[in-house]
Amino acid sequence: MESKPDEVWVTGIGLVSSIGEGLETHWRHLTTDTPPKPILDEESFAPYPVHPQAEIDVSSQIPKRGDQRQMGNWQQLGTYAAGLALADANLTQKSEYLQEMNLVVAAGAGRRDEEVDTAILEGLGQSNDPAAFLVESLSNELRPTLFLSQLTNLLAGNISIVHGVTGTSRTLMGEDPGGLAAMQTATRQIQSGQGDLFLVGGAYYASRADGILIWEAGNYLWDKPHVPVWSRTDEGGFIFGTAGTFLVLEARAHAEARGVKPYARIHSIEGDRCRREPGEATRIAKEQFDRMSRDIPKGPLAILSGASGVQPVTDEERGFLESLAERGYDPVYRGYGTQFGQSNEAHFLLGMALGALALSKGEFFTPFDSTGFEKDFTGNIQQMLLNFWGSWRGEGMALIDTPPDTATRGEG
Amino acid sequence: MGQALKDHKGRPVIVVTGIGVVTSLGEGRDDNWDALTSGKSGIRKITRFSTDGLRTQIAGLVDLGNSGPHVSTVHSLDMAMRSANEALEQSGIGSPGSFPGPLFLAVPPVDIDWSVRAEMYRKNPDSNLTGYPRMIEAAQTGDFTIVHDLFQFAAGGEYLAEKLGTRGMPVALSTACATGATAIQMGVEAILRGDTDAALCVATDGSTTEEMVVRFSLLSALTTQNDPPEKASKPFSKNRDGFVMAEGSATLVLETYESAKARGAKILGVVRGRGERADDFHRTRSKPDGSAIIGAINNVLSDSGLEPEEIDYINAHGTSTPENDKMEHFSLDAAFGECLQNIPISSNKSMIGHALIAAGAIEAVFSMMTIQTGVIPPTINWDIPDPTISLDVVPNVKRDKDVRTVLSNSFGFGGQNVCLVFSGEPA
Repeated sequence: MESKPDEVWVTGIGLVSSIGEGLETHWRHLTTDTPPKPILDEESFAPYPVHPQAEIDVSSQIPKRGDQRQMGNWQQLGTYAAGLALADANLTQKSEYLQEMNLVVAAGAGRRDEEVDTAILEGLGQSNDPAAFLVESLSNELRPTLFLSQLTNLLAGNISIVHGVTGTSRTLMGEDPGGLAAMQTATRQIQSGQGDLFLVGGAYYASRADGILIWEAGNYLWDKPHVPVWSRTDEGGFIFGTAGTFLVLEARAHAEARGVKPYARIHSIEGDRCRREPGEATRIAKEQFDRMSRDIPKGPLAILSGASGVQPVTDEERGFLESLAERGYDPVYRGYGTQFGQSNEAHFLLGMALGALALSKGEFFTPFDSTGFEKDFTGNIQQMLLNFWGSWRGEGMALIDTPPDTATRGEG
Repeated sequence: MGQALKDHKGRPVIVVTGIGVVTSLGEGRDDNWDALTSGKSGIRKITRFSTDGLRTQIAGLVDLGNSGPHVSTVHSLDMAMRSANEALEQSGIGSPGSFPGPLFLAVPPVDIDWSVRAEMYRKNPDSNLTGYPRMIEAAQTGDFTIVHDLFQFAAGGEYLAEKLGTRGMPVALSTACATGATAIQMGVEAILRGDTDAALCVATDGSTTEEMVVRFSLLSALTTQNDPPEKASKPFSKNRDGFVMAEGSATLVLETYESAKARGAKILGVVRGRGERADDFHRTRSKPDGSAIIGAINNVLSDSGLEPEEIDYINAHGTSTPENDKMEHFSLDAAFGECLQNIPISSNKSMIGHALIAAGAIEAVFSMMTIQTGVIPPTINWDIPDPTISLDVVPNVKRDKDVRTVLSNSFGFGGQNVCLVFSGEPA
C-alpha cells in the first residue's frame, strides 16, 4: 500500500442532512436567505428538538432490497452518502480503483429496538425472577438481523458489500472526535505515502431516543426552542442533527492520473485532548494555530466552527476565534451547528465537506444566525480554517485550501 | 544513539518492547504462558448471570475478584489497565502516567448494561411514562451523569489516555474480531509515517453479557456443546460447531528499533509486516473463493519481504466455527501451497475461547512469547480430525521449535481480514 508522499485532494463529496441531499442543495440553502432557516423536528422528542433526516430515495444508492433490510437507518444513511461520494468522484463501479480503495469510517452503534427494550423494562418490574425473565425475553424478542444492523463496523461492511470498496477497512469510534481522528488518519496516510485513495466518512441519525438518553444523562442537551449555538446561555446544550458525510481523499498524482479535479486540498489536520479546565482548550487551539498560521496570510480568514452550543466551552471557543484579531487576522466564522445540529461521528466530516464546497465556489456562506457575531465575508476565499472542539472531548483544527495552479470543481 | 535500522522497503524497523495479557487462564504473562503451554482450558460454565434456557451456557470469562455490580465497560477498562501496566513495566518506556506516544485502543462498542437501564426505570416509581421517555425523565434528575461518562463511545479512550498519560487524541477502533490486530496496524503506521517514535496498543473485551450471548446465538455462531465446557472449543476438528465467547485484554508497546536501542530496552520482537484486504461478499461470511483472506495473506508476506516457506509458525484465527476454520485452511493452502504442510499452526482459542475485540492483540502477545521461548502452544481438543483440513495443528500437546517468524491471522464480521507477521530481534 506504499505510494509516494503527496498532497491530499478532496475529489468527491457525498452529503445528506436535515437540509437535503447533495452539494448544490446545501449551497443554495446556505447562501440564499440570511440567516438560512434550520430544519427541525420539535415534536417527536420534545422538549428536545432534533434535525431529522431529509427524505432520500435509498434505492438509488442501495439498489438491493435485501441489502436495505440488513441495515439500520444509520447504516443506510452512511452507505447512501458513501455512494454519493463515489459517484461524485467518478468512481462508481470502477472496480479497478474500488478494490484498492481504503475505507476509514467513524461510527457509533445503531439505534436499539425501543419497543423490545420497553417491553423488557416493563416486564422486569413485574417479574419475580428478573434475571431469568431478562434472558428469556432477550431470547424471544431479539432478531438475528438486529445485531448486524446495530454493529459498529457494519457501516463499513455494508459499504464494502454495496459499493465494492475492498482495500483496507478501519472503523474508528468516539462520537465527534472519532470523526476527526478518521479524517486525520486518512490524511496522514496519503501525506506519508501509506495509500493514495481513501473513502472517509461517518453518519449519525438523530431521531433516536437512546442517543438522547445518554447525553441528557450528562446534561448536554438543549431542551428549549432552537437558538443559534452562540446564543445558548447558562449551561447551553446541543441539538442532535442528522448527517451522512463521506469524502473521497486522493493523492494529487492519483487524481491527476485519473483526470479529476479537486474541491480543495487538505493542508493539515491536528487533534488533541484535555480535561476542559477553563482555558485548556484555548491553549491547545493556540498551539495548533501557531503551527498552521505560518501558511495563512494575515487579513480576512474564513472559519467554520463545529461548536455544539454546550457551555462554557462554546463561549470559550468564540473567545478564541475572536482573539485571532489580535494576531492580524479578521476572523469571519460560521457555527455550522446552528444549521445542522451536532451530528456526532459525522460532525467533523460535515465541516470538512462544507469547507471544501465553499472553497470550490470561491465564496463563503452567508451568516448562519442573526447574532451579529457572524460577520459578512466579502471577496474570494482560498483558505478555510475548521476549528473543532468536541461537545465533550477532543480539540481539533484543520486547514484546507485551493490548490494553486489547478482548476477546481467549482470552476467547471 | 543507536543506528537507524531499516527493513527491506527502507522503512524503520518497529519493535515490541513490552507485552501484557489477561485472559480466562489468568492475569499476566507468566500465568498465561504456563497454562497455555500445558494445554489448560479457561472455559467454564457461566455463573455471572442466569443462563437458564440459553443454548450456550459457557464462556471464557475473566473474574478479577471485584465486588459490586458488574458493569461490562468498567470490566473492559479494568482488564485494559492491568495488561497495559504489565506491558509498560516490562518496556520501561516513559514514566508512570506518562507515555511518549498515542493510544490505539481496541474496545467493544459500548452499550448500557441492563442493570443500569433497570435502575433508571425504577428511579421514579410513580412515573406515568413508559419506555425511553421514562428513562430520559430519570436522566433529567442529574443522578445518572455516570451513564453519560461511561456509555459514550469516547469514554474508554478518554479514561485510559488520562490514566496512562498517552499523547494526543486516543484512537478507539472497531473492526469486529480483527480489532486487536487493527490497533497494532494503526500503531505501526503512525510510527512509520513519523508521527511518533512509540505507540501504545491496548485491546480489551469484557462484553460477555446475557444480551451478547443471545445475539451471537441468534447468528448461530456459538458452540452449544456445553458439557464439559473445557472441551467445547475445538478448532480444526470435525465436530467443531461454533466459537466460545471469551474476555481478555492485551497490550503491546511499539517503538522504533532505534529508540528502543537508544534507551537500552530489551527487544521482544519485530512487527515485520501487515496485510489487509476487505471482503465485499457477505456480512458474516467470506467469499467462497477465499480471495479476500488470500489477498490479506499475500499482502502481509509481501510487506514482510518473506516467502511462504520462511514462516516458521502460524498463530491461527481458528475460532472453531465450521465456516472460519474451513476458509482459513482453504486460504492458507492457496497462499502457501505445498510448504504449508511443514508449518505448524495452532489456535490459542482452543484454550482461551474467542476474546472477540481483544483476540488479535492477545494472540500477538502469545506469538511474541513463542518467538521468545521457542515453545508453540497446542491446539487442544483435537480428538476427531476434520479430514478436509490437512494441517499440522500441534495437536493437544505443546511443541518445542526455534521460531523466528510467526504469521498471526485475524478475521471479523463485516469483511475484516488482517494478517500480521512478527519476527525475532534483528541479528
